[in-house]
Amino acid sequence: MSTVTHAGAPATSAAPARRPGGGRIASHAVMAVMTVYFLLPFWWLLVAATKDNDGLFGSQPLWFGDGFALFDNLSLLVTQDGGVYLKWLRNSALYAVVSGVGATAIAALAGYAFAKLRFPGQGALFAALLGLIMVPATALVLPTYLLMSEAGLADTVWAVILPSLLNPFGVYLLRVYAHDSVPDEMLEAARIDGAGELRVFTRVALPTMRPALVTVLLFTMVATWNNFFLPLVMLSDNELFPLTVGLRTWYMSAIIGNGGPALFNVIVVGALVAIVPLIIAFLLLQRYWRGGLTVGALK
Amino acid sequence: MTPANGSIPTRVRPPGPAGGHRAAGPDGRGGTRRRPRRAVGRQAVAGWLFVTPFTVLLVAFLLLPMAYAAKLSLYRSTLVEGEVFAWLDNYRQALADPEFLRGVGRVIVFGLVQTPVMIGIALLAALLIDAATSRLSRLFRLAAFVPYAVPVVIGTLMWGFLYSPDTGPLSSLTDVDFLSGDTVLYSLGNIVTWQWAGYNMIVLYAALQGLPREVYESARIDGAGAVQIALRIKTPMISSAIVLVTIFTIIGTLQFFTEPLILQPLNPGAITNSYTPNVYAYQQAFSYQQYNYSAAISFLLGAVVFVGSYLFLFATRRRSALR
Repeated sequence: MSTVTHAGAPATSAAPARRPGGGRIASHAVMAVMTVYFLLPFWWLLVAATKDNDGLFGSQPLWFGDGFALFDNLSLLVTQDGGVYLKWLRNSALYAVVSGVGATAIAALAGYAFAKLRFPGQGALFAALLGLIMVPATALVLPTYLLMSEAGLADTVWAVILPSLLNPFGVYLLRVYAHDSVPDEMLEAARIDGAGELRVFTRVALPTMRPALVTVLLFTMVATWNNFFLPLVMLSDNELFPLTVGLRTWYMSAIIGNGGPALFNVIVVGALVAIVPLIIAFLLLQRYWRGGLTVGALK
Repeated sequence: MTPANGSIPTRVRPPGPAGGHRAAGPDGRGGTRRRPRRAVGRQAVAGWLFVTPFTVLLVAFLLLPMAYAAKLSLYRSTLVEGEVFAWLDNYRQALADPEFLRGVGRVIVFGLVQTPVMIGIALLAALLIDAATSRLSRLFRLAAFVPYAVPVVIGTLMWGFLYSPDTGPLSSLTDVDFLSGDTVLYSLGNIVTWQWAGYNMIVLYAALQGLPREVYESARIDGAGAVQIALRIKTPMISSAIVLVTIFTIIGTLQFFTEPLILQPLNPGAITNSYTPNVYAYQQAFSYQQYNYSAAISFLLGAVVFVGSYLFLFATRRRSALR
């Protein structure tokens, strides 16, 4: 008996781990090439951010130039156009946090109610949600803008925040999650103990739904931080722009010339500063990113 | 390209042995039915209160804009008479508008080329990281996914600099003008691929991780190689995930907007104001104040995406059910 297992074990377990020869080398070569491809723009950005405007055009694109102008570029960045970049940064953060937290809270309430409460009209409402989940967001931006203008809300922070609070996909996701992970017995027990429905939700359901909540929060915040079409259409006051819209206006005026100073080095360092928080968040919250797709592995 | 519906990942599995809770489901519901009336009434009130914020948003920012766009698209504004009901004139105009149709053709060609390339890369990458665990495969997984965390605007700006012969290495290395009329569509395709391949890779990788290992363990014992296992066993088993990422990619492709708009100043002759249907709708509204025509284009595009994605979902569901 023991000899059989001993004889069998090495044959099966060694095969996947140490398959010699071409396959492993080829697959690692493919991965190495693709890694270079995916990281190339980041490397370029990092190098370019250390160059002044002349260096950007006059030196090896993929290697450092003569001077080290990163700090000069940074001080240009925060002073350009009266320090408007810092306002854009603040706006992006504001839109992302308020929309992210709000959308997650609203989706959690609705998802939980769809999964665990019985109320009239529930089936019809959920069917409507499923039916509307595929409506493309970009088709709605223009009419939403016109409606917002009529309500006097266009060109305010609300024009960006309010539409971003709607997240049918988040509701769907949290409904599925709540349905499978929140035990009915625990809800019943809390009710028998005299807890109101809101208390049952916040004390019993929410803690259980936490991994899925983090996922929805993370993905909504990133989607809002990265959003471009909605703020582009909604906002005309440059002090309300998020980073994405703001950097595009600089890019346009730099290319067109407009008689102003060439801004390319400022744009490059602005792009770098805009993605640094995302990369840090990405690295720190790695398990949640991946967890977003395999929450099962999270605890 | 815009993230489809906020880019929430498509599947989340609950922790632990969900079977236990699921088994308790019907019992719990039975209990609900037997509960005194007042408790049910309380639940009904709470249920409605809980879904109210979401329902209000759904009406205000989805149904109302949709209805408003539909209404706008049926009217025309004229100097003399103001807003006039025009039946389907705007749609008739769109379907005969060569600029609009060229834009539609362009996103279709773009989708036919870029979607399979990107999904292919994502699938290859997912199979590679599923099969190999090494330091390089972990670095690779991270590197492939990082572009997804970067705003599309900034990803496009970076590639714009890389393509430009003045600031980037690519055109001097390859002797290709990446921004000419003939090549810029491919250059845009590369940006989309760079940005989204990793996201799709993670979705497919998650599906692969959910497969029961025993299936290909036994295939391996039967002498199947890694390539055979990847192509004959793993890929068919995650076909529903592949279908899903394909649909999301197609939805994004049809709405193609940000990348062409950002690169437009680099070559306005090639990336015109009608380059894609969405760019066209945007320019019609905000450069020419043609809100009615713009609404018709948006509505048409939205309807195509909407109907198309449901037909596709329906068709693939039918087929897998027959199997």
